[in-house]
Amino acid sequence: MTDFEKLEQNVAAWNAKVEKANEKFPERKKQFVTGSNMPVNRLYTPLDQKDADYFEKLGLPGEFPFTRGVQPTMYRGRFWTMRQYAGFGTAEESNARYKYLLEQGQTGLSVAFDLPTQIGYDSDHPLSEGEVGKVGVAIDSLADMEILFNGIPLDKVSTSMTINAPAAVLLAMYIAVAEKQGITPDKLNGTIQNDILKEYIARGTYIFPPQPSMRLITDIFEYCSKNVPNWNTISISGYHIREAGATAVQEVAFTLADGIAYVEAAIRAGLDVDEFAPRLSFFFNAHNDLLEEVAKFRAARRVWAHIMRDRFGAKNPKSWMLRFHTQTGGSTLTAQQPDNNIIRVTLQALAAVLGGTQSLHTNSRDEALALPTEESVRIALRTQQIIAYESGVAETVDPLAGSYYVESLTDQIEKEVQQYIKRIDDLGGAVKAIEQGYIQQEIQDSAYAWQMDVEKGERIIVGLNKFQVKENPPKGLLRVDPAVGERQKQKLAQLRASRDQTAVQSALEKLRNASRGTDNLMPPILDAVRSYATLGEICGVLREEFGEYKPNVMF
Amino acid sequence: MERKIRVLIAKPGLDGHDRGAKVIARALRDAGMEVIYTGLRQTPEQIVSAAIQEDVDVIGLSILSGAHNHLFPRVVELLKERGADDILVFGGGVIPEEDIPFLKSKGIAEVFGPGTPTSRTIEFIRANVRRPLV
Repeated sequence: MTDFEKLEQNVAAWNAKVEKANEKFPERKKQFVTGSNMPVNRLYTPLDQKDADYFEKLGLPGEFPFTRGVQPTMYRGRFWTMRQYAGFGTAEESNARYKYLLEQGQTGLSVAFDLPTQIGYDSDHPLSEGEVGKVGVAIDSLADMEILFNGIPLDKVSTSMTINAPAAVLLAMYIAVAEKQGITPDKLNGTIQNDILKEYIARGTYIFPPQPSMRLITDIFEYCSKNVPNWNTISISGYHIREAGATAVQEVAFTLADGIAYVEAAIRAGLDVDEFAPRLSFFFNAHNDLLEEVAKFRAARRVWAHIMRDRFGAKNPKSWMLRFHTQTGGSTLTAQQPDNNIIRVTLQALAAVLGGTQSLHTNSRDEALALPTEESVRIALRTQQIIAYESGVAETVDPLAGSYYVESLTDQIEKEVQQYIKRIDDLGGAVKAIEQGYIQQEIQDSAYAWQMDVEKGERIIVGLNKFQVKENPPKGLLRVDPAVGERQKQKLAQLRASRDQTAVQSALEKLRNASRGTDNLMPPILDAVRSYATLGEICGVLREEFGEYKPNVMF
Repeated sequence: MERKIRVLIAKPGLDGHDRGAKVIARALRDAGMEVIYTGLRQTPEQIVSAAIQEDVDVIGLSILSGAHNHLFPRVVELLKERGADDILVFGGGVIPEEDIPFLKSKGIAEVFGPGTPTSRTIEFIRANVRRPLV
């Protein structure tokens, strides 16, 4: 009898015994499932992994298929980048918050822009009314960007910018600020989100239709591969897809399907896959089901490595690596008993670290209520530092590998992700699947099912549908000064009066002409930015030339 | 027989978070109401025009960007100007409790924060709809 046969017999006998005991002392539930509704067995043993080939499924850290991580030594080399997403009000206020975070030991910047900036409107546009400086910093022109990074040497920090439809313009502003600091673009490190497909799916800050949007994105890939070689040109994001209600499987599947669409677009635009693919990066969520989330990150790496090598024929191992940023799950935070959120964030951050993230943002306890206060942000950053310096989980690589449960979950997620990707391929790819509303519908179904489970008490959220207490309204929430909008408008009026109007007009006309042809749009955008043309003026020209995206509304 | 309650769920401003708006839209539909969802980036003017054109009894406004104090009252003002202030207006989203008295003083009938069960919103609408249902 082989060991497996013996184990099979033992497990069968054990199960029979347990079932019998169950009649008297039933388990808590008839069926156990993960946070994303995947079935969970009572017990996992080597039998669940008996056909697994170690080299094919796991390999070694830093080697194909990267299940165990993208770097050979992972956090023994250096910790993940601790990067708190921040920004509000004016460039002056946000600059002060960045300096505070750097002083507190944060190792990278992450810029939150307000909604007008993200949608390409200046602060004095009628649609910006009430929104200026609210969810991020207001940036109207290079002048604001100079203030935002005042006193922060751009060759010393890496900066991530959550900017999508107008990503080319903000990247150009960043390059122009660096120029003024005497730093050449090849010295710059950072990331632009630049992921329009998930804006159509889940996040909503789109401007242009898919075709010109994909052109802007591939223009950035090409420009950066030659001029800003250390820049992550895109952060293909599952974060917002998950926040919109997707399951863990859907998060990975739809994100990788978007990734496939970008790679295909760039290849169609004439780029060589190994020229741009090493600079692709990803952005995932971390929710509460700790082990499912760890398995999710590991599965995502394995699936992507195969896509890049087998489907696209990439030769450079760097093209096969899925490098990712993680943010803990905003939608998991409760407005009730907000201090409990610190514990949720800890579990989620731990999942990201055990899953091998390259950088991490931990949410603050008060974010279901408002933008976080400085104190809340400090606790969130300290959470990462405690995991890094005190928990011990960073001392070896991929510590959960070989857990029968984690490996089984990793395999299961991989399989289900591949099934979704096949379905999206059959629909004609991610862009078509979005235009038909398929991806949005799948997410909405999951979101609704989750809400109903919570309302029926089938999902317990501590403090929300169980263990409630009477609470007083929270005090001391951060409020954005309502005068920010007015101040920003005044600054804009001064800028428009003092700049060289002819230079601005000529730069904008050159951009208009370029947008009608096929030349790379980055150089004319950079020239327009340098002339102090505003974000709204630059995006306005492109709106006129490209048109605007009209979503397919459904629920 | 009572007719169905007609509801417009709307996203004023530039905020793109519409998970909550879509969940509530679907829950109201499942509760037997007729629901129209505007989609993102609606101005107060567009919302009020849609509400009048669609002859709704209720408007539900959702904002998570912090622009609620500016945009919610504007919708109620425009309804008054157009003689449609018998339409019940409620709001939801990430809205600090301390803002709720102000919003109520401006004519927002109720504000539902994060974690509110959809059943509560449904009950609230049924109990407070102002236009006759027969």
